[in-house]
Amino acid sequence: MTIINKRPTPDGDTGAGIDQVPVAAPATWPEPPSKGGGWKRTALIVAIAATYLWSFWGTEFSLVKLVKGVPEVFSFLFIRMQPPSLNIIPLALRYTLQTLQIAIVGTTLAAILSLPIGFLAAKNTTPNATAYQVTRGILNIIRTIPDLVMALIFAGAVGLGPFAGTLAVGVHSVGMLGKLYSESVEGIDPGPVEAATACGLNKTQTLFFAVLPQVIPNFIGFTLYRWEINVRAATVVGMVGGGGIGFILMENLRLFNLHDSSMILIMIYIMVQLIDFISARVRLRII
Amino acid sequence: MIEVRHLRKVYTRGAEVVALKDVNVTISDGEFVAIIGLSGAGKSTFMRCLNRLVDPTSGEIVIDGQDITKLDAEGMRQVRLKIGMIFQEFNLVDRATVLDNVLMARAGYLPTGRSVRRAFSKADRDLAFHCLERVGIVDKAYQRADALSGGQRQRVGIARALAQEPRVILADEPVASLDPRTAHVVMEDLRRINDEDGITTIVNIHFLELAKAYADRIIGLAGGVVVFDGPSAEMDEPTFVKVYGTRPQRMGVAQ
Repeated sequence: MTIINKRPTPDGDTGAGIDQVPVAAPATWPEPPSKGGGWKRTALIVAIAATYLWSFWGTEFSLVKLVKGVPEVFSFLFIRMQPPSLNIIPLALRYTLQTLQIAIVGTTLAAILSLPIGFLAAKNTTPNATAYQVTRGILNIIRTIPDLVMALIFAGAVGLGPFAGTLAVGVHSVGMLGKLYSESVEGIDPGPVEAATACGLNKTQTLFFAVLPQVIPNFIGFTLYRWEINVRAATVVGMVGGGGIGFILMENLRLFNLHDSSMILIMIYIMVQLIDFISARVRLRII
Repeated sequence: MIEVRHLRKVYTRGAEVVALKDVNVTISDGEFVAIIGLSGAGKSTFMRCLNRLVDPTSGEIVIDGQDITKLDAEGMRQVRLKIGMIFQEFNLVDRATVLDNVLMARAGYLPTGRSVRRAFSKADRDLAFHCLERVGIVDKAYQRADALSGGQRQRVGIARALAQEPRVILADEPVASLDPRTAHVVMEDLRRINDEDGITTIVNIHFLELAKAYADRIIGLAGGVVVFDGPSAEMDEPTFVKVYGTRPQRMGVAQ
């Protein structure tokens, strides 16, 4: 049967073939589902307001101090730190590149560690409940330890310097990468997995033929994104003894070498912008 | 030969749902059987019990003298190698090439290590191309699966099933996502493969007309039991009412 959706026309065609429902007037249309009484909304607003007041109080927030302090920030950044010193450039460049190296090796380390964790911590690929719980637990513990603390721990273990910074950046990143990997695995289309199982593929083969092709581009995207973050993290970690440009920046700030410090900040800025640009371009290509 | 005896499946996740009450069916080698019924009649569950993508609650499924409900994972994997399956939503790996999707069917025949390195033999690759040729899309071999139209994608699905060199093909609503014209092309492919290779073919299908046009035999499921089982020609209006609970309405299918 071909259904032609005809409407009644003025020349008498009643649009026969479709059901004509006489419209009763005046119609009472369904009300939107009630979201609870007005008191709920009031309570919510009060709760939000209270949370804000409490937080501002806790941070000793002061508009007076802010207004007084802003000129100080400007004078520090744009007068006392100026002009940036040029003779720090060779040294700063060397350590900026070291920070980049820390970020590259650290991120790669994180990706390698996160790969098995991603599958073990995903409901649809984990071999058993124990593996799932254990890997989820590890991810939660890692996320609880700030990267600065991690840098101090590794500096204690392998000595101050870029290697400690690399380990700190690498292990800390597993907390986020492992979680993103596992969520990506949980979000795959289950269809190809069903097809692979029906084809007689075992678990490992199914992983390689039906799961990996779906998640690899996401994994690469997340890893590049984490690399961007790690360039900044490696700088900060350097300030507590993790090597790289952060270490040099800290030293110069401590000695009030403000002209050197401003040049170092400029170089960090250039590096971060460059890495963000490269990473964004590559990610756009992949996904 | 496939003998299904007292097959019962109760889903227990959340509310208890009896999908199959007591299904008894015998399907001979080389038959082309259409399984019809409303959504929720148990067609999909029945089909997935045959290759145990769904584990039956009770009953026997005897394929070539072997009760597959008793097999362990590795035994079942061996049986699945010889059962091709085609899906309503095609279930292709979108980002992979058409050829890689078809080669998936050969992976199960290789040791795990070799398969994950994609070390397919020349014979496997030849077979994959041959299967693509049989469904008329060999020229798409190196395209990504998601670059194809619905009909072409389903033909990749058929080629993948064929590349398993199966003895049985299970097709779960293979044309429900396709337009009527493409639906006929896909059904013709399935019929031709059944005629030429003698592969037992079981098709879940919504449209009675397609079932009558292409299948030798129709099994009607309703409420988890078989309410009709006979040659396609015997499917008449009273039987239709038994399966669908309503009188037939014609569905426009352009030839």
